[in-house]
Amino acid sequence: MAIRRGRGVAAINYPTGMNLGGDPTQALVHSTPTGNFMVTLSSVDLGQGMKQIMAQICAETIGVPTDRVVVDTADTDTGPHCMGTFASRGTHRAGNAVIQAAKEARQVMLEVAAEELEVNASDLETDGQGNILVKGAPQKSISIFDVALSAHFKRGRSISGRGMFLIPRSYPEKETGAMKPSTCYAHACTVAEVEVDDETGEVTVLTVKNVFEIGRALNPKMVEQQLVGGSWMGISHALYETTEPYYPNRDNGGTDFNQYLMPGPGDLAETEIIVLERPSADGPYGAKGPGEMCANPQIPAVANAVFDAVGVRIDTLPITPERILRALKAQAAS
Amino acid sequence: MAKVPVQFTLNGSEEAEFIDSGTTLLNALRDKIGDTSPKGGCHQGTCGACSVIIDGELRLSCLTLAETCSGAAITTLSGLSESGVLHPLQRAFLDTFATQCGFCTPGMIIAAKVLLDHTPNPSRDEVVEALSGNICRCTGYEPIIQAVLTAARANSQNAA
Repeated sequence: MAIRRGRGVAAINYPTGMNLGGDPTQALVHSTPTGNFMVTLSSVDLGQGMKQIMAQICAETIGVPTDRVVVDTADTDTGPHCMGTFASRGTHRAGNAVIQAAKEARQVMLEVAAEELEVNASDLETDGQGNILVKGAPQKSISIFDVALSAHFKRGRSISGRGMFLIPRSYPEKETGAMKPSTCYAHACTVAEVEVDDETGEVTVLTVKNVFEIGRALNPKMVEQQLVGGSWMGISHALYETTEPYYPNRDNGGTDFNQYLMPGPGDLAETEIIVLERPSADGPYGAKGPGEMCANPQIPAVANAVFDAVGVRIDTLPITPERILRALKAQAAS
Repeated sequence: MAKVPVQFTLNGSEEAEFIDSGTTLLNALRDKIGDTSPKGGCHQGTCGACSVIIDGELRLSCLTLAETCSGAAITTLSGLSESGVLHPLQRAFLDTFATQCGFCTPGMIIAAKVLLDHTPNPSRDEVVEALSGNICRCTGYEPIIQAVLTAARANSQNAA
């Protein structure tokens, strides 16, 4: 009986959203009288930071600082339609809708500015600081604050825009079943190092090294945060978490945090995160969905590492000491 | 059923309420007084989201009866910032991106505050130990550990 060490690797690709029934998200953008911009969505921020990302996308498109944008989410009674925040689709779908809405609003904004400056709207540009300038003659400018006031109180214009992003439904080909369930894929690869006690079946994850290819990281710190948490969650799924440990038998399922196991701060593996940015063709500013895929590759990597350590293939999650010991027993018997 | 009077200091202010006997401190704080910074995660003492400080000690407000707190000094997350200036722990949680959905954050910061009050320069192991009664779903804990260590460093630099 001994502690045995093993190393496992796994790679995944993971769809951003899914279009099995058509996958739309809509957005509305309008300016307030003082030139702040409001993004209205029905999409939900679960804590992953969607509001921040939508504010950045809107600000980048219109040409204002991010703190000039307010995002209102998650009232399906009053907001434009969204399929929901799931399948890692929030940034990709809502982001594209926000770009479209913000472009339309920007166009109205430039038209009003053009009237005020008595120039052609196509000759105008934004400085990203809240001003609109004549290209090549930046001394001729107007603040977005003044443009919004003019639109509201003088010109009778609504600086607003509508956005709609729809990936149409994909139908399988009758002969082959082939279809296109997603247009955008993120990728990841994980190497996990484990120790397995072949007497107790207990697994200790020593290191987890992850590479994530997630398109453009629109907010690198928030991406890192998501990936670090996701990597930990992947380990947790691999080794601990289940509501039905003897599925399909429902017995002995955890009913509270005493019984539903998750690793605590004392059980952390040494974790490394590397981000590769390869902008996607159809994502907002090249983004893909990093949300769920970041918790996936750790699971097969740990299963492979357990196999490397003690020579048994565990194909049911989580990889509990009981499952390892039963597999070791069966291996010894055969 | 007759209401029970309870009086304590909450974040430096006197509070007096009549409550139903058996009301937990968590429910009294949230529903009677309106301080919703302690969160009700499990209501059975296993998640730490409802952590508060009672007379300098870390306590789970979901397992504490409000009527046992008469005369006590209670601190919640709401009481940490002063005149709109964030507490160093709050600052550090922001700076190190140690919060995502935010539900565990009040309990984490309160647990960390009690640690730093007693142990201003904790080791990593001491931080881990202090946070081990608090559950987080999103962060993987490492950013939270780093936030507490960052706040401790900031405190010791200010003291020096």
